[in-house]
Amino acid sequence: MKNFNYHSAKDGKEATKLASSNSAYLAGGMTTIPSMKLGLASYKDIIDIKGIKKLSGIKVSGKSITIGATTKHSDVANSKDVKKAIPSLAQLAEGIGDPAVRNRGTIGGSIANNDPAADYPSACIALDAVIHTSSRKIDAEKFFTGMFETALKKGELIEAVEFKIPEKSSYQKHPNPASRYAIVGVYVAKNKNEVNVAVTGAKSCVYNDEKLSKALSKDFSTSAVNAINVSSSGMNSDIHASAEYRASLVATYAKKAVDAC
Amino acid sequence: MASLVGSRVERKEDKKFLTGKGRYTADITLAHQTHAVFVRSPHARAQIKKVDITKASKSPGVVAILTGKDLADDKIGGLIAGWKIVSEDGSDMKVPAHPALATDIVNYVGDHVAVVIAETLEDAKNAAELVNVDYKILKAVVETEKAMDSDAIHKDIPKNLCYDWLLGDRSKTKAAFDSADKIVKIDLRNNRLIPNAMEPRASIGDYNPSTEEITLYTANQNPHLTRLVISAFNAVAPEHKFRVVAPDVGGGFGSKIYPYSEDVVIAWAAKKIQRPVKWVAERTESFLSDCHGRDHVTHAELAVKSDGTVVGLKVDTIANLGGYASLFATVTPTYLYGPLVLGLYNIPAAYCNVKAVYTNTAPVDAYRGAGRPEATYMIERLMSKAAMELGMDQVDFRRKNFIKQFPHQQALVHNIDSGDYDAHLDKALEIADYKGFAKRKSDSESKGKLRGIGFSTYIEACGIAPSAAVMSLGAGVGLWESAEVRFNPTGNVTVFTGAHSHGQGHDTVFAQIVGDKLGVALENVEVVHGDTDKGPFGMGTYGSRSLAVGGTAIDKACDKIIAKGKRVAAKMLEASESDVDFKDGEFIVAKSNKKKTIGEIAFACYLPGQYGEIKSPLPEGDEPGLKETAFYDPINFSFPAGTHICEVEIDPETGETKLDKYSAVDDFGTIMNPMIVEGQVHGGVAQGVGQALYENAHYDETGQLVTASYMDYTMPRADNFPELKIDYTCTPATSNPLGAKGCGEAGAIAAPPAVMNAVVDAIGTDISMPATAEKVWNACKNLKKTNSKAA
Amino acid sequence: MKKITLEVNGKPVVKEIPDNTLLSSFLRETLNLTGTHVGCDTSQCGACVVHVNGKSIKSCTALATDVEGSKITTIEGLASNGKMHPMQEAFKKMHGLQCGFCTPGMVMSAVDLLQNKKNPSEKEIRDWLEGNICRCTGYHNIVKAVKEAASKM
Repeated sequence: MKNFNYHSAKDGKEATKLASSNSAYLAGGMTTIPSMKLGLASYKDIIDIKGIKKLSGIKVSGKSITIGATTKHSDVANSKDVKKAIPSLAQLAEGIGDPAVRNRGTIGGSIANNDPAADYPSACIALDAVIHTSSRKIDAEKFFTGMFETALKKGELIEAVEFKIPEKSSYQKHPNPASRYAIVGVYVAKNKNEVNVAVTGAKSCVYNDEKLSKALSKDFSTSAVNAINVSSSGMNSDIHASAEYRASLVATYAKKAVDAC
Repeated sequence: MASLVGSRVERKEDKKFLTGKGRYTADITLAHQTHAVFVRSPHARAQIKKVDITKASKSPGVVAILTGKDLADDKIGGLIAGWKIVSEDGSDMKVPAHPALATDIVNYVGDHVAVVIAETLEDAKNAAELVNVDYKILKAVVETEKAMDSDAIHKDIPKNLCYDWLLGDRSKTKAAFDSADKIVKIDLRNNRLIPNAMEPRASIGDYNPSTEEITLYTANQNPHLTRLVISAFNAVAPEHKFRVVAPDVGGGFGSKIYPYSEDVVIAWAAKKIQRPVKWVAERTESFLSDCHGRDHVTHAELAVKSDGTVVGLKVDTIANLGGYASLFATVTPTYLYGPLVLGLYNIPAAYCNVKAVYTNTAPVDAYRGAGRPEATYMIERLMSKAAMELGMDQVDFRRKNFIKQFPHQQALVHNIDSGDYDAHLDKALEIADYKGFAKRKSDSESKGKLRGIGFSTYIEACGIAPSAAVMSLGAGVGLWESAEVRFNPTGNVTVFTGAHSHGQGHDTVFAQIVGDKLGVALENVEVVHGDTDKGPFGMGTYGSRSLAVGGTAIDKACDKIIAKGKRVAAKMLEASESDVDFKDGEFIVAKSNKKKTIGEIAFACYLPGQYGEIKSPLPEGDEPGLKETAFYDPINFSFPAGTHICEVEIDPETGETKLDKYSAVDDFGTIMNPMIVEGQVHGGVAQGVGQALYENAHYDETGQLVTASYMDYTMPRADNFPELKIDYTCTPATSNPLGAKGCGEAGAIAAPPAVMNAVVDAIGTDISMPATAEKVWNACKNLKKTNSKAA
Repeated sequence: MKKITLEVNGKPVVKEIPDNTLLSSFLRETLNLTGTHVGCDTSQCGACVVHVNGKSIKSCTALATDVEGSKITTIEGLASNGKMHPMQEAFKKMHGLQCGFCTPGMVMSAVDLLQNKKNPSEKEIRDWLEGNICRCTGYHNIVKAVKEAASKM
């Protein structure tokens, strides 16, 4: 791993001030550190944001849950508030990586990285999340812009993610047998008037499956899913799953999610 | 005295591992050590036009950068293939040159081009990036079945063919097939696996300018053989000036049998730069350059009478050796495979033809089971298919063809000394609750799931062994084993073995044997292995041989100790030697109360005279000391066998296969420590299940290894398994006095066909390993289509 | 270079280290605590699991600089007064280890499990150990060892 200057930022201001075109924020480091170790990335400055108190914690209001960017997966998984308000979100966090990863990895890190097979981005899309950053608020649907790409500008720091509380919801995933990342993950959230179906793992970036969302908005049942032909067009194809298989999994896991709601 | 042998004795070696005191090669730090990083080929096949180290040499911290040219200048030899195979036409196998660092051509991604040695690992890594290798990329040969029709990758090896080998009798087999009522055919692929011992390989070279001796610390399964090969063939140092230490080794599974390029280079480099050199593989390097396992493509046919009697077997296999012929690569798909294709059945006529090919992939060599899993997978899949095509019950069909009388000379090589195949089959049916299967199947169906049951009644040849036999078949070494039992003057015992423990529990099991035999408490027996400067030359651990061969050598050395002890006791007790009995650690004169403990006798052996109270004259002709050495060369292989039964439940919607039940009944002959044996079975089964359902080394068409990390190579994990049910039957081996048959590989041999037969039973169609969710989903989908068309 | 102050296995440690030092390297090379092993480069195998402030983490994927001020427990620090921790005892009793390489990480993960769930079911144990790869035992006796330890703790 190439050397860098390590900084532990006390507050958001210090963190953003330290940021440059050759720096990275470090929270759990679950992606940043392995990328640096494997020589896929190197930085001049690593800005540790774990020490910034304001960035961590879970707050519930009547309609939403706001989770600080450096809140760990294990904290979300074990949070009574989350379990009560959006149990599927706690479940999603419980299913990320393994316990040691969940004790380090953070929600902000996960969405900033926007791995096409990560779990959290699907929650953001399905639960109409708003990403609070050091300079603005970004709607989830505008946040995830492509494979490992987000709307974040250089140095912009995620502060928190605000999730809308749905009537009911469920996240179901088919894990990659090797890495345990999602080959396909489907997040179904039912609100009063509409249903959101977010899919991760299937394409180069998380997306809202509009056909499924529309069909389930009209008729929240597995038969509504059966009536949809999920197209494999644009889906990922690799040694673990072909596009056709992924398309089939999207339908299957959407049904599982509807059943589990 | 309670018997140690046969008891669930907790392991002596556990405490150090559990408290973080294990000492693996990577844990060793030597004063003034340097760090090595290998520059590896990023291409599967390329010509090396130039290796330019100018820029790299100037990088901070660099001590030396060595290339294939430096090796050649120092006349360091290449890696060898240690077992000569002769083709059916009488010609010798063809083996390419395999320099430890490539000089003009690279043959797989990860092949070794140069070594960068620097003050720190980071310095070495940074400099390695600056080594500029000019490659002319050539079209890679990747696929096993296409290798013979592709460009020859090595000079003077046409069709990439190492050998075209035949075992058996083609004309007798043809006659058997002509007499058959039915021919059952199968096409199989034995997937390529990456051993993945959890400790990545590591080597440290240390040169002592005072004694002119090189010490190589290395993660290796047989340090003596490694020293012999690196001395005799690579000419790094003469044997008496070369010490190889394999300290704690974190798993091997075959992949650490061989001296690798890194071992040769690190040992040589340490002398060259006159400083210790340390190299520790990163996991990706392990994926790329550890020897892989299996990789066969096979067509087989079984000739059967309509009453279910098997009369003949034909097997045609193409085996992939990878880019070079590794140490045991040539024997793994021949003598470790061919003889076993008959399984534990009485098949009077057979042949097995193997064509071994070179491809631009990592070398393939022995991996847990080595040849026997491939053979077992073939015959057990074929037997299941035959039963299905004949409309016979899986169990009845197998039973009908079992070998029933022992010893049994098989149609190919082996003379099987003992066994009772009905016994383990019956017991397995019971513990697997075979009777309840139909109900479980209908329960699964009511949930929309498919359930299948699979059988594997297997045999293996273990305790590899008899030197006369293996050398007549081309082995470059005899496969005996050595032991030295050293009674120390104060009554404790040090046992040196030529076997090597890297998880098997030798420290405990060998101590159990010695403890019982000599009547010494377990804590007073220390087993020493893994250092060529300590014990006698030995052949190491692989092929489930350590107990049957190494354990017997220890047993024999103990016999010699007892024999001398009797002579000494007779003299001391003024009795006739023939009147002295040895039991539970005491030498007793018959019909008297005169006795001496073995500790007293040991003490006497070291104080052979009279001094005050001490009166211990040695018998005339006996030397002082109490230390005996034995070399044991068995008369035959041993033949463990057993029945494994697997049940899977499949979700046709997702294709996911859940391993629901797994039952194994094995006959390992006499068992020394059931706890350790069970552990060996569990681990073997997990690796076999891994092969069947998860693991696959995947090269793309350009020869890039796609599965080069745990992100893409599926390792079985804790949540992939149910509780395994295990039991035993016992027919002792007759080829060694312990009656032991070997247990280390059984699970990896038996499990793949048991699991795959279950999957095939569930989905009703052939499918290849690994039965990944997508493959199963596809099969279920296609079957649904076919069925709806038929309806 | 950064100066870090922390507590390792109950003892205060102050060291000056390069900024890019991984916690696993710090433990193994700087402190010579070689019981923590490194088995992969992708945070998958779990051989390097240690506890930071009582929670299991993968030390190959953490910087030594960013555990400044923490209390670290490694496999070497689990036994107390020469007596092995009940989890270590249980692994020995149930033959939950063979080659020993994954063992330190496995034990540290298992200890963390019992801190979270007193009496885990077989499934909970298997799920929890998802991030610890063992090639020797088939996990069977590891699961048994964790159950045994749960019954003793």
